[in-house]
Amino acid sequence: MVGIAAWGAYVPRLRLSRKAAASANAWIAPGLMGKAKGERSMANWDEDALTMAVEAARDVLGPDDDRSHVRGLWFASSTAPFSDRLNAGIISAALTLDRAAASADVSGSQRCGLTALAQGLNAVKAGAVSCGLVTVGEHRRARAASTQELDFGDGAAAFMLAEKDLVAEFLGHGSCTADFVDHFRGADAEFDYHWEERWIRDEGIVKLVPPAVEAALKKAGLGSDQVTHFCFPSTFGGMAATLAKRLGIPASAVRDNLAGVMGEAGAAHGPVLLAHALDEARPGDIILVAQFGQGAEALIFRVTDRIDQARPARGVVGSLADRKEETNYLKFLFFNGLVEWDRGMRAEKDNKTALTTLYRNEDQILGLVGGKCRETGVVQYPRTRISVAPNAFAVDTQDPYRFAERKASVTTYSADFLTYSMSPPNHYGTIDFEGGGRIFMDITDVEQGDVDTGLPVKMVFRLKETDEKRGFRRYYWKAAPDRAARTQPAALAAE
Amino acid sequence: MAAGIRDKVAILGMGCSKFGERWDAGPEDLMVEAYLEAMQDAGIEPTQLDAAWFSTHIDEVGTGKGGTPMSLALRLPNIAVTRVENFCAGGSEAFRGAVYAVASGAADIAIALGVEKLKDTGYGGLPTGQAGTLLPQVSPNGSAPGNFAQLASAYRAKHGVSRDDLKRAIAHVSVKSHANGAKNPKAHLQKPVTEEQVLNAPMIAEPLGLFDCCGVSDGAAAAIVTTPEIARSLGKRNLTTVKALQLAVSNGMESQYNGWDGSYFHTARIAASKAYREAGIERPREQISMMEVHDCFSVTELVTMEDLHISAEGQGWKDVMNGFYDADGQIPCQIDGGLKCFGHPIGASGLRMLYEMYLQLQGRAGERQLSNPVFGMTHNLGGSPSTNVCSVAIVGQEGA
Repeated sequence: MVGIAAWGAYVPRLRLSRKAAASANAWIAPGLMGKAKGERSMANWDEDALTMAVEAARDVLGPDDDRSHVRGLWFASSTAPFSDRLNAGIISAALTLDRAAASADVSGSQRCGLTALAQGLNAVKAGAVSCGLVTVGEHRRARAASTQELDFGDGAAAFMLAEKDLVAEFLGHGSCTADFVDHFRGADAEFDYHWEERWIRDEGIVKLVPPAVEAALKKAGLGSDQVTHFCFPSTFGGMAATLAKRLGIPASAVRDNLAGVMGEAGAAHGPVLLAHALDEARPGDIILVAQFGQGAEALIFRVTDRIDQARPARGVVGSLADRKEETNYLKFLFFNGLVEWDRGMRAEKDNKTALTTLYRNEDQILGLVGGKCRETGVVQYPRTRISVAPNAFAVDTQDPYRFAERKASVTTYSADFLTYSMSPPNHYGTIDFEGGGRIFMDITDVEQGDVDTGLPVKMVFRLKETDEKRGFRRYYWKAAPDRAARTQPAALAAE
Repeated sequence: MAAGIRDKVAILGMGCSKFGERWDAGPEDLMVEAYLEAMQDAGIEPTQLDAAWFSTHIDEVGTGKGGTPMSLALRLPNIAVTRVENFCAGGSEAFRGAVYAVASGAADIAIALGVEKLKDTGYGGLPTGQAGTLLPQVSPNGSAPGNFAQLASAYRAKHGVSRDDLKRAIAHVSVKSHANGAKNPKAHLQKPVTEEQVLNAPMIAEPLGLFDCCGVSDGAAAAIVTTPEIARSLGKRNLTTVKALQLAVSNGMESQYNGWDGSYFHTARIAASKAYREAGIERPREQISMMEVHDCFSVTELVTMEDLHISAEGQGWKDVMNGFYDADGQIPCQIDGGLKCFGHPIGASGLRMLYEMYLQLQGRAGERQLSNPVFGMTHNLGGSPSTNVCSVAIVGQEGA
């Protein structure tokens, strides 16, 4: 039997108030006020489909930074940052996966997240990969004042696939392919182009999803009445309930599609809903997840007794709980590149990346790997031939040492209003790690007043800079408040 | 241990251009201004110069690389010109090179000149830029004030100083320097400010406001050095001699090793201790007459008072508040206005500091003249608190 051994998720902390967004655009699109309810997740300026996928994968993998068991990696997204550079390769480096592990990008439609999941499960089932990691992230863009802007959300989910220690057994997969163009985005286009909603619903979803679901049920040897969780993302109200009724799935099994609290995260949303179902599942539950996109993909799982032992640190439930409302719609526009704003002369610097340097220092930059001296035990970043331990002069004594999963805290910081930043003031400082080592780095997901000496932080994988001239994105690690670990720093008690 | 530089080299003459937003002057004009004053002060002809050391930092917007900009601007008689660059401490490096050349006997008379033309960038503050191809991929997109502001958070945490107390102490640093700069006709900023103005200024990088940051200025400064014997043979009396020249450079201990807490300059402590030893100074708090320190930001000056072993650790902010470093205090600091008000044309700053110490020791500081100074100390820092070069020089009356 193959299936899911662990799962994880990531939803960016910022949540755009739909009321704020709809109100700002009501002068030109008064109809949007009908959608002015709840909130949608909103990637920070330094997050994209890839960074969110890394965070979801880290939620799956947990604090143990030995990732040698992962033998295959699938990254799925319809908004991957690179068209021709293996996005999964960046993720593999960030997660410090074994270079011998296979990796692939899966793209092309809104159902590609589930396609990647099916491919991963089939690879494990075929014995080609002993342990596979599927991670799906999506950061969809939409035009200002469009309904999509309010409907969409950003997020990611990830799954560890294996043959043993399963939390959910894979029972069956069904697929349906038809060139039904509900919307499309050309290779060079910035935004989607949509056809009429009623046609998509009645001629598309209602006719193309059931064959995939029925095929999956048949393979699983289950009746539709046995499904206890039905996950189906759609921005159309009541769509999952309509399908359930047509398929004979109990109405009680239809799961909330999280439209009110995060919006629809495109290709990642089926996986997000599956992760959310796992968050809340009980042993024996039957989970059916399906997603539409030039046909449909459907997968069925049975939850095992291990479900309670394998819950991720965050999951979807934890991600949704860690939220900050954003009522400044303009900030959303800036972060998504939807306005041309005055960045000042300091933003004029050339962000050309030396690719030779990037590759030579791949584990340092993308993996946040430093060194530990075999002689002195001193931990340092970066790894260097001569140890930094004062007056020790140990040469070539350092073993690779991973920092990304270590707990850390702020030793020095400033909030800089002078330097160019997408979200001023730019916070950065000296971060010290438990177990030794320190890195002078950016601090993200904070506002003025959030940071002080002693603040517990965790490492997050983020966009460092975009080279707009050449279309390159630089990724690196940043410190973000470890809000779960936050305690009153002793140094502040004196004030 | 080496015998050191004490009293082996004398200052023959010095010059310094007017600092400020010199819209009227290019780097060549600034060099000529400082050079002519120094040559006139030394009373020598260009043909008497044996060698030159030239300091400039940001060659992209300033003078360009190499030794040629100085030689071309000053029409030097085809002598050796060595360009030095050590972040903001280049001026002290040029001086060190010239002094060592004289002390070695390789040159009888040598000149050190520093220049920086910063106001051709189109915006306020220092030009931005990161070194090499690796740092831009990992270092925060920071600024000089943001880097130095880090001292404040660490200092507060270490010594239990409240935000308000530290903010007031660093405000006093700036108020004092503005009062001094108001008496200096060559200073970039010559207007006194109140503590209230400093405290309420726009924030640049927490907790540093506008008045906590030094001026970004155009300017040049120069020193001509020789042996005491040659100086006397040229008719000079009451010589100002070099007592100590030290430079300490970070090796990663601060930035990559957990032993440093971020609240002080490791290099400054080392350079200061070595400089006192070289100069034969045992009780700096009593013996140092005056100082010019690298007050790029008010908080830098505050912690430097401790790093130079003048104020006890954790007590510097109290000495500042008590006026110990004011013009009428025990050790006047930044009597010429400092980087804060005289200005900070990067490559020239170390020499500008020495210029004021020299004027004071020669009794030529005009309205700012202190009574009977014996030892003047300069502290010239380049880089950031965690990765820097720190130069400490002591000059004084010959024989002291």
